[in-house]
Amino acid sequence: MYRYDAYDHQMLADRVAQFRDQTKRFMDGKLSDTEFLPLRLQNGLYIQRLAPMLRIAVPYGMLSSTQLRKLAYIANHYDKGYAHFTTRQNIQFNWPHLEDVPELLADLAEVEMHAIQTSGNCIRNTTTDQFAGVAVDELEDSRSYCEIIRQWSTFHPEFAYLPRKFKIAVCGTAIDQAATQVHDIGVYLVAGPNADVGFRILAGGGLGRTPVIGQEIFDYVEKKHLLTALEAILRVYNREGRRDNKYKARIKILVKETGVDEFRKKVLQEWELIKDSALALTEEEIQRCQKYFYAPDYKQLSDNPVELANQLQQDLLFADWYQQNVRRHKIKGYSIVTVCFKETGVAPGDVTDRQLEQLADLADQYSFREIRISHQQNIVLADVRQDELYALWKQLKAGAMASNNLGLLTDMICCPGGDFCALANAKSIPIAESIQRQFDNHAELLDIGEVNINISGCMNACGHHHVGNIGILGVDKKGEEYYQISLGGSSKNNASLGKIIGPSFAQEEIPDVIENIVGVYKSNRAKDEKFIDTYNRIGLEPFKEKVYAKVN
Amino acid sequence: MQKLISKDSLMDDRWTILKVATGPEILQAVPGKNLIVPLKFWKQFSEELLDYAGDVAIWLDSDEQAEQIGERLHELPLIALNFPVFSDGRSYSNARELRQRYAYKGEIRAIGDVLRDQLYYMSRCGFDSFDLRQDQDSELCLQAFNDFKTGYQATIAEPVPLFRRR
Repeated sequence: MYRYDAYDHQMLADRVAQFRDQTKRFMDGKLSDTEFLPLRLQNGLYIQRLAPMLRIAVPYGMLSSTQLRKLAYIANHYDKGYAHFTTRQNIQFNWPHLEDVPELLADLAEVEMHAIQTSGNCIRNTTTDQFAGVAVDELEDSRSYCEIIRQWSTFHPEFAYLPRKFKIAVCGTAIDQAATQVHDIGVYLVAGPNADVGFRILAGGGLGRTPVIGQEIFDYVEKKHLLTALEAILRVYNREGRRDNKYKARIKILVKETGVDEFRKKVLQEWELIKDSALALTEEEIQRCQKYFYAPDYKQLSDNPVELANQLQQDLLFADWYQQNVRRHKIKGYSIVTVCFKETGVAPGDVTDRQLEQLADLADQYSFREIRISHQQNIVLADVRQDELYALWKQLKAGAMASNNLGLLTDMICCPGGDFCALANAKSIPIAESIQRQFDNHAELLDIGEVNINISGCMNACGHHHVGNIGILGVDKKGEEYYQISLGGSSKNNASLGKIIGPSFAQEEIPDVIENIVGVYKSNRAKDEKFIDTYNRIGLEPFKEKVYAKVN
Repeated sequence: MQKLISKDSLMDDRWTILKVATGPEILQAVPGKNLIVPLKFWKQFSEELLDYAGDVAIWLDSDEQAEQIGERLHELPLIALNFPVFSDGRSYSNARELRQRYAYKGEIRAIGDVLRDQLYYMSRCGFDSFDLRQDQDSELCLQAFNDFKTGYQATIAEPVPLFRRR
């Protein structure tokens, strides 16, 4: 993974000192709430319902075991012993005190971590496929480009006060795991006219109140133009994005109101001016960043070793877990393991300090000292030897981290919701739990197969409900918490936004509503057809009929 | 107390800003001063301004764009860009556009809600003078220019990005 040099360290040290001074001036009454607000947000600090919430940046989701141990220390020392993985591959702490934050940031800086631009109206953490570098269907490892974007966007002096937040995703795989099309900018690695790898760039995607799929701005640019293309888009947005209404300030509204052709024209006009400037990437810089993501020291192994076959035959629980949580790796004899953090009764994405330490140990022992956070709020050990899977699984089991529901109905994406978040209309964690309790039979879950349920406590859509096969949105109805259901969303290559099924439901109705929806799927599915495919074939009506049928 | 930072030291201000100017009669009320007038006023009353005794510069609000200035841009000794509120980031791009697209060599001044914690980014985008909001501690503001020793980007202050220097 990327390692800081003297420049990166210096900038981070300067940032810690800057925020320490800003916090002190705020506490001394020399900086008003309004003036401190964007400064603290750009250091990840929200003032929340119960206490401040601090969001730590995890660039493209990668963490070393050293960083995990530091996070465990922070969870223990500044928080109540746990942390929360977010849907944008970051980590949140819910209980630090404002006056402790500068010290906490200094602790993080020791392991090359920070909370820079994890909130506020600026360019946020760039995200990518959690399987980058190990996926079999990859054109090129996207992480070096994420790192190039990270450096360009960090402390960009022109884009620190954008109309609204700005999120970029990069995808290098055939199957899009990064929800790229619903980002403010989505970057795809593609083969160009002469088979050179370059970028296809979309803009104007997003979730939130007005969900939109991004539109193509550049069908292909050479690698050297990555940053000039991004800078041109950002400049048009910074100058022309709406600032009169917070809910119309995202780039998706600008692209829509301007029209994509006119918007593209404006971007190209900016791009012409800068495309051959010093901002054009050099081959040396691309190589410098790529060398941090070179493959680890893989051994020469063969696929499906005998001991694995025996273990799978002898231990059915292991076989269940293997079937759900282990994926093919591009190197023979290795596998990608996803550790599912969706135990019933535990808030999706929540992890204890002890588990963080255990993960660090497992990463050291089995996966070249690194882990990744997925958008689904799970953890990936990307480079596990197949002949060590069983030993790993046994240790995961001992640490209560061997959930085998990955990708199944109970592996839900869920925001912190009204239990923690000041913005939420409704709770989301108890909804997730009530669904997990309804569907507590593993055989039944396997029979239902792949289906994503995404839950957001309000229309800010942190739980990405629009792109859930089943989306659940908390709404406020005259002071009561209600839940609106949508069906048919997807964040994969054929991204689509869910359709609202009808009037919203009370909290206690939700498990039965989901049961009914799943029932319609089961009775209509063709052989091996996934939920989303059945939905796309039969449409919303049959689901609607069943869910709102009068009980006789 | 001085409230103007030019480059990175405190200065007396030789300019007077006309925040509101509707008709040319206002010029008689400020005879012989060096004036920063609104862009619209400058375009509309260019004849009257020719006869004015002091120097004349213009200011742009954050919703006005550099291209509206037109061909006479390079006659201007100074262009001020307004921050109606510090969190309105449009003037950063306007400053860059003036320097990069129009190769404007005169002084670019930040006016309006100009505060300590934004000075460093402003200075990197092509601003070279800063008319601080009245309540700002000017000595404290001078330190802002040292907030960071270096940055990653290609900027007006440092046109070569870090990746070409490291």
